Amino acid sequence: MSKYLVNLKINNMPIAVEEGTTILEAAKKLNFRIPTLCNHPDLTVAGNCRVCVVEVKGARLLAAACATPVSEGMEVFTNSEKVRVSRKHIVELLLSEHNADCTKCFKNGHCELQDLASEYRIGDHVFLDLVKPESLIQDISSPSIVKDDSKCIRCQRCVRTCAELQGVSALAVVNKGDHQKISTFLNKPMHEVVCTNCGQCINRCPTGALTERNYIEEVWNAIYDPSKFVVVQTAPATRIALGEDLGIPVGERVTGKMVASLKKLGFNKVLDTDFTADLTIMEEGTELLTRLKRALVDKDEKVVLPMMTSCSPGWIKFQEHMYSDMLDNLSTCKSPQQMFGAVAKTYYADKINIKAQDMVVVSIMPCVAKKFECERPEMRDSGYQDVDYVLTTRELAMMIKQAGIDFNKLSDEHYDSILGESSGAAVIFGASGGVMEAALRTAYEIVTGREVPFTNLNIQPVRGMEGIKDATIKIKNVKPEWSFLEGVDLHVAIAHGLANARQLMEKVRKGEAAYHFIEVMGCPGGCLGGGGQPIPTSPEIRKKRSEAIYQEDEDMPIRKSHENPEIVEIYKEFLGEPLSHKSHDLLHTHYKPRKRY
Amino acid sequence: MENNLKKVDIIFEVDDKCTPLEVLDKTLKRSADDIILDLIDSGLKGRGGAGFPTGLKWKFTRNETGDVKYVICNADEGEPGTFKDREILDRVPEKIFAGMTICGYVVGAKEGYIYLRGEYNFLLKNLMKKLEDFNNALKKRNIDFRIYFKSGSGAYVCGEESALFESMEGKRGEPRNKPPYPTVAGYNSKPTVINNVETLVYTTMICHMGPEKFKALGTSDSRGSKVFSVSGDTPIPGIYELELGMPLHEFVNEFGDGDTKAVQVGGASGHCVPRKKFNDTIIGFEGIPTGGSMMIFNSSRSMYNVLHDYLEFFTEESCGQCTPCRVGCQQLLKGIEAVKRGERPPAYLDDLKKLTGTMKIAAKCGLGQSVGNPFNSIIDNFREEIIY
Ligand SMILES: Cc1cc2nc3c(=O)[nH]c(=O)nc-3n(C[C@H](O)[C@H](O)[C@H](O)COP(=O)(O)O)c2cc1C
Ligand code: SF4
Ligand code: SF4
Ligand code: SF4
Ligand code: SF4
Ligand code: FES
Repeated sequence: MSKYLVNLKINNMPIAVEEGTTILEAAKKLNFRIPTLCNHPDLTVAGNCRVCVVEVKGARLLAAACATPVSEGMEVFTNSEKVRVSRKHIVELLLSEHNADCTKCFKNGHCELQDLASEYRIGDHVFLDLVKPESLIQDISSPSIVKDDSKCIRCQRCVRTCAELQGVSALAVVNKGDHQKISTFLNKPMHEVVCTNCGQCINRCPTGALTERNYIEEVWNAIYDPSKFVVVQTAPATRIALGEDLGIPVGERVTGKMVASLKKLGFNKVLDTDFTADLTIMEEGTELLTRLKRALVDKDEKVVLPMMTSCSPGWIKFQEHMYSDMLDNLSTCKSPQQMFGAVAKTYYADKINIKAQDMVVVSIMPCVAKKFECERPEMRDSGYQDVDYVLTTRELAMMIKQAGIDFNKLSDEHYDSILGESSGAAVIFGASGGVMEAALRTAYEIVTGREVPFTNLNIQPVRGMEGIKDATIKIKNVKPEWSFLEGVDLHVAIAHGLANARQLMEKVRKGEAAYHFIEVMGCPGGCLGGGGQPIPTSPEIRKKRSEAIYQEDEDMPIRKSHENPEIVEIYKEFLGEPLSHKSHDLLHTHYKPRKRY
Repeated sequence: MENNLKKVDIIFEVDDKCTPLEVLDKTLKRSADDIILDLIDSGLKGRGGAGFPTGLKWKFTRNETGDVKYVICNADEGEPGTFKDREILDRVPEKIFAGMTICGYVVGAKEGYIYLRGEYNFLLKNLMKKLEDFNNALKKRNIDFRIYFKSGSGAYVCGEESALFESMEGKRGEPRNKPPYPTVAGYNSKPTVINNVETLVYTTMICHMGPEKFKALGTSDSRGSKVFSVSGDTPIPGIYELELGMPLHEFVNEFGDGDTKAVQVGGASGHCVPRKKFNDTIIGFEGIPTGGSMMIFNSSRSMYNVLHDYLEFFTEESCGQCTPCRVGCQQLLKGIEAVKRGERPPAYLDDLKKLTGTMKIAAKCGLGQSVGNPFNSIIDNFREEIIY
């Protein structure tokens, strides 16, 4: 259905926009910025903060620009006296309820409320202080997330994020009136509820009410400790987003600068999670082929299909809570971060002659769930906690600023070796569909001896931002040892964002979907949209990050995991072969059912 | 003093020669458009508080396309000092059912719901029986309309129509953004007529007696009569059906105890009228409208306490989602306390009055928008009582 054009005037300037456009969107087209707090491009409209109010000629009430569609002949004023007085009142009211100790706040300098307060020069407090003493006690139970109710402005972005994007609803609005607040089930600590630690709520919280648990000081201390050998690994999606927090436009890759800055920060070795992403492909690809063989040849009834990826710890915890009957579907492979930690404190430590107990492994991740993951009791296969500290992309940016490094002026540097070499297949782990594509590039070649039949190795059907994608790959002319796969249609599906994952799981559980392999990433867009990535996020920003990731892949000399020479070497020298005994000890894990609330 | 106050008996009148079902039978023989014309002609405006012309509301809903529409009777009656809907539900429920059925016929709805205030669940047993009989009567007549009860959640804000829909849909009772209005997207996002209990009874009675008789009552802006809940310092508290458009002094003469200092017209969200303004205050849409509550205060009452009670009520009953209301109510409450204790100067009351100006135009729903009514009318007329 084609849409009508609606004519209106905003601040006396005429404009015609499609029916259904909000005043906020129409004003943006005319370059009038209307402040917002509860509105977010990824979420449904709430219209509850009211800072976006505008005057509509002839109307008794001000209209919330984010929630009001335009209508024919409408005359809107975005900065009339009434609007200014009301908007200032609203900001003052929010601040009166707010524990505005900005200097101590993790969001200082990155806070939408602070910006608004400074824009309106809210000086003397007109109104009475309403901060409730009980709200000052922070919830620091989770290793990933800090919840500080005294900083909450009740915009409900987190609630909508958790429900609409993630289908988890760990956070909800409770009580009414002056007692209304954002709470967990029975007001339990975050660590004891269904929260997956995905951090998507953090990405959308306009204030310091939800932030990552930060480990910046711990990492500095490790760096300064002469008895420690500190190695750092960087996840695929960090290199395409770090620049955003350091004054570089969205979508610009900063791999070389990131490596250079990490060296300047004083890490002893700068290594790459992409290496273990390649390792994951070897293990997980082989696991898939093994499961297929057991199902198709051995007719083993215990083998569980579809196999599901396991590199996203938010997704893993979601599955443990919500679909604990399907834990056997999950690949037993650890995430690349945890494979890295286990390999670093064994194989690598031996190679460079450092004792594992003297090594500190730090991860730079686009993710806050990885902070939880590294503390899981299952993740100590080196005999020590395999990964010691996880920093988000945002925390790394802060460290770079603290160190006074002029990031923009850095010359590109290379990862150290070994554990620094990787393929293009590894970097696309950062985008939804990337693990699938990387696995297919390798598995198809193992089975047929030929490259995947897609132009330039780019498997387009598994790419893109659609919530659930599926594809079928026909396997033909296989090598003799894989004859049982001859002519098989391999059905795969990909979901990103846990609400989409939930939909896909329901289909699988009901038996409506005959897939062999499913990739799930906990965050919208995959890790590039992870809970630890620079704020803000939006569909456009994620699209640009995604383009950067695929460009990074194309620019890599090696595009397939099994061709990474360091991977070849680690199997030769240390692991033997995929799914070997040693692999099982170090690189694989198991999961545990958790409560549904 | 002469008293022209006119008591009326339409709502509770029981006419054995014409039962609500008989009104229904005769009305459904007429065309929907004729019924709408009569309602518009009668001048009936909603009795739930907002005073929207009922005929127009039905017409807008009728004009919406789509085969699923709803009729909802708002029986949440949460406004402090209002208890007239309870009486109507208890005494003449068939008139409500008939009004809903007529509405269903007019707008093309097949389902009607009565959203009953949680506290009124004790009425349910009696009501269920009568509703069953009524639904059976509809079935026998081959009228494709059924009525159901839904129990309210007990929050005042759930009487606000869009919060009521949210609550009926099993969600948290938070008011929605408007537009869209209920006539376009109400319950389950379908076109919905929502009317107050009393409004629906009047529609039945207008269909029964014709618009002329109704129109003959009241004034040009406020046609007909209305049921009042009279409470406070009065020797004769209770429910009274009175002609609209009366001057307040006549009301006070009839119901006051001889020492009336002020009347709160329209419940906590209404206006407080002081004695000196009784003579030139009209009760009706041209003057001070009311959903029915009339609270009378004599000189023994502290208006500070009255205002404090109201503000406590709003501070608790705000759904809490929008800033002007959630925080504004707290500031008003804490603000008058601070002035009373001398922690803020009397002029702070003027800052708070300005704040109510913002609440009135920027709050998301009628609750936050109307807190300024009692606040300003009490501060303006009883400033000394607030400060000292
Ligand atoms: C906070 C709030 C509470 C309300 N409570 C009620 C109520 O209890 N009963 C009612 O009929 N209308 C109530 N209303 C008005 C309804 O939103 C709506 O206007 C009314 O039900 C429409 O019916 P009418 O046109 O017959 O008056 C309330 C409005 C607000 C803002
Ligand atoms: S949330 Fe924002 S306004 Fe509040 S203390 Fe933190 S930086 Fe300041
Ligand atoms: S971290 Fe994820 S799951 Fe947990 S509350 Fe936030 S959005 Fe919900
Ligand atoms: S925690 Fe953050 S996102 Fe959630 S309501 Fe509070 S301020 Fe908004
Ligand atoms: S005005 Fe009050 S009751 Fe209405 S939506 Fe806002 S907070 Fe809720
Ligand atoms: S941004 Fe429009 S109401 Fe919050």
